[in-house]
Amino acid sequence: MSDVQVNSLTKTFEKGSIQAVNDVSFSVEKGELFGLIGPDGAGKTTLFRMLTTLLLPDSGSATVNGMDIVKDYREIRRRVGYMPGKFSLYQDLTIEENLHFFATVFNTTIEENYNLIKDIYVQIEPFKKRRAGKLSGGMKQKLALCCALIHKPTVLFLDEPTTGVDVVSRKEFWDMLKSLKQQGITILVSTPYMDEANLCDRIALIQNGEIMSINTPENIVKSFPNTLYAAKAKNIYLLLKRLEADEEVESCYAFGEYLHFTVKTDGNENDLLNAIAERHPLDELELKKIKPTIEDAFIRLMHENTIKVTADGE
Amino acid sequence: MKQLFVFIRKEFYHVFRDRRTLLILFGLPVVQIVLFGFALSSEVKNIGITIFDQAHDLNSEQIVDRIKTSEYFILKESVNNYSEIEDRFQEGRVKCALVFPPNFGADLYRTGQAQVQIIADAADPNTAKILETYLSAIIGQYQHELNPNVKIPYQIVPTVRQLYNEEQNGSLSFIPGVIALIFMIVSTALTSVAVVREKEMGTMEILLVSPFNPIMVLIAKAIPYLVLSLIDFIIVLLLSAYLLDVEIKGSLLLLFGESILFIITCLSLGLLVSSVTESQQAAMLFSMMAMMLPTLLLTGFIFPLENMPKIFQVISNIIPSKYYYIIVKAVMLKGLGFEYVWKETLVLLGMTTFLLGLALKKFKIRLA
Amino acid sequence: MANKIIECHELSKHFGDFKAVDQITFDVKEGEIFGFLGANGAGKTTAMRILCGLSYPTSGEASVAGFNVYKQQEKIKKHIGYMSQKFSLYDNLTILENIEFYGGVYGVSREEIKKRSNELVATLGLEKEAKKLVGSLPLGWKQKLAFSVAIFHRPKIVFLDEPTGGVDPITRRQFWDMIYQAAEDGITVFVTTHYMDEAEYCNRITVMVDGRVEALDSPARLKESFHTHSMDEVFYQLARKAKRSSD
Repeated sequence: MSDVQVNSLTKTFEKGSIQAVNDVSFSVEKGELFGLIGPDGAGKTTLFRMLTTLLLPDSGSATVNGMDIVKDYREIRRRVGYMPGKFSLYQDLTIEENLHFFATVFNTTIEENYNLIKDIYVQIEPFKKRRAGKLSGGMKQKLALCCALIHKPTVLFLDEPTTGVDVVSRKEFWDMLKSLKQQGITILVSTPYMDEANLCDRIALIQNGEIMSINTPENIVKSFPNTLYAAKAKNIYLLLKRLEADEEVESCYAFGEYLHFTVKTDGNENDLLNAIAERHPLDELELKKIKPTIEDAFIRLMHENTIKVTADGE
Repeated sequence: MKQLFVFIRKEFYHVFRDRRTLLILFGLPVVQIVLFGFALSSEVKNIGITIFDQAHDLNSEQIVDRIKTSEYFILKESVNNYSEIEDRFQEGRVKCALVFPPNFGADLYRTGQAQVQIIADAADPNTAKILETYLSAIIGQYQHELNPNVKIPYQIVPTVRQLYNEEQNGSLSFIPGVIALIFMIVSTALTSVAVVREKEMGTMEILLVSPFNPIMVLIAKAIPYLVLSLIDFIIVLLLSAYLLDVEIKGSLLLLFGESILFIITCLSLGLLVSSVTESQQAAMLFSMMAMMLPTLLLTGFIFPLENMPKIFQVISNIIPSKYYYIIVKAVMLKGLGFEYVWKETLVLLGMTTFLLGLALKKFKIRLA
Repeated sequence: MANKIIECHELSKHFGDFKAVDQITFDVKEGEIFGFLGANGAGKTTAMRILCGLSYPTSGEASVAGFNVYKQQEKIKKHIGYMSQKFSLYDNLTILENIEFYGGVYGVSREEIKKRSNELVATLGLEKEAKKLVGSLPLGWKQKLAFSVAIFHRPKIVFLDEPTGGVDPITRRQFWDMIYQAAEDGITVFVTTHYMDEAEYCNRITVMVDGRVEALDSPARLKESFHTHSMDEVFYQLARKAKRSSD
């Protein structure tokens, strides 16, 4: 039995003029770490709010722990843990007071489920008398996670927990999620950072309220249809302009220190790259074949969707 | 039950850790009482007075001389009839008039007792009250000098008439108004802000996604502010009694009962405001505009209702603070019992039930 | 050698005992895309505020576009553009009204505003939306528009505070296209970001740790000196050393 089952969930705002979530279906198995990957405004938060019974869907249905998100909202509220995108604790209460308050609200005590939060809590315990408003981003995040876990939820919803957090804290946070997963908690996490996708068991790429693809990170990368090449030159901006204008090049975009591009007709790798090198004899030109990343897949899917939408529109 | 207790304790943490809230809670009542109590009744000097002397005898002229030399009054041109007094009042040149009857001196010697009349412009009731005291003092002094050794002294009895506001609305009746205003600020404004803050902070989301009954959130928010309102109420009563020497005439029990009822009205309003606003500023502004301003203007607390255009008088009927104001004035200042205010109490009770029901109904158990 | 448009020498900003910015020294050359990285609380925002003329340093020297950060704050503000992640346009004004307003604030003449805003709307492909409220635009468009508005008065230097946070990968790249374009036009770009791939797009980057500049070089040379192939790793190695953590 899936822990979260979503069937054609749809939600609009402003009397239907804004389509926040459009016909979304997926399921999350027990103990899975499931990632919703997409930019701001893709519909991640709305989807999470529906699943945590904070919003009613326009149509479609969903269950959490086998319970309906509309009918059984009380029971769901008893069981799930939720960490909203914005830091949502009381800034004028101390770490200890916040944790104690949420434990009581969830009808439990800190002691009862201490083993679950112990690994995280010990990191912030030295500051337990400090007010939450005076904590650093990483510490706030740890406290928020403790508060969301304190009642031993069966399913944990984390809405963009790493947004605006620096690389170091992000790494730490994902390590914490991994150890939580080992304790058997089902976790749904959303993020706009594509590089975090690889840390999930399965991911859904979401854009404009629609899911573009659901699979394991490996399979999503594997399903990338073309060969992907990387290019670099001393003047990379000039190279970008030239490749964009190249008839043979299907798509080209900057990707870190390299440009990534695909060609219209795949052929022998060496011939192809030599031909490109000949056409664009730039200083320090470097060309090679590479493995796509999730971000490459996302860009690809976005392009395909735009083409589809434009085609539909005409 | 334990959840509710912990929740209420958390609310108190919020209150006691926020200097601004504390200042509003405990600074405001003191400032208001002191401001209204003293600023409005500060010493009065150089007030225009006119004399309507129908006697023109030695005694009346001696009294007029004394008024002339007093620092409190400036003697304006005398008048010859009552309607002229009224004219002078309307022109605003004088604030009071002293009337001697035709046989003032003769009466004084023959019967040992004479009357004078003090007429004061009570549009500003505080000043009127003070002028009356000053004039009585001057006359009393004169009377004392007139017969230091006489066993049965000559008596000059001033009768006082106040024009325009004969019921004396406003002299001490600002106190019930201040109380109503403070309840509005604490129970309506602060409560709505406290709820909306949770929305703004995002904590409301977490509370909703918890087994805690949403209605309990409202109750937990309301109880601390009920307690704080009552503390403020006690502060105002103490200040009135000991700082302004106001005698609380009626039953304290009745006063507290009625006040709790009105606090619940204000709390309901506050919760209602919080369910229709999304930001703290909006909640504050809404409470100010929709709740506090009418309390100030349309309850008779600052401006007598009788002098207002009909339309405002009609509107004032739907403002809860008007009824509370009437009740407190009757109980606290006049010492009347429940049998005189049951009608107003009933109206207030009805309004409270309606507002509370509406607030509970409007409260969202979801985000939208 | 290009002119230095920003010069910082032992610049410090203290809040009580707390050294938010601790004797930082660096300079930015004209026309450069300069990445300003650092973990949360490393002092990026504080340093940027000083350079934008919004706050005074405690000690040290700094000049922006030739103007002193102590004495000529008003002149600095006139010659820079600024855009932050928290979208800085008015949601309830139309695109044209927003442009008009900001153009006016920076003293661009009426005819010039009109001419340039038409150009701008055309380049962004927003002709149809020009009279729509900004609030109705998708986030990516808003960010691109905000950037265009930030450089509308042709400043010498533009400060971008996490301009691409939460934006989709395609729009993010379009945004960087615009940054490159601006740099080609001679505008110096000073940018902070949490995306390490974006750090690669900069000519030079600094990494701030605990209020100090711990690294300053081109992305390639930084990777070389840290013996790694990814900026992520460079940043991680540096930021891990941080002792303090505060926002």
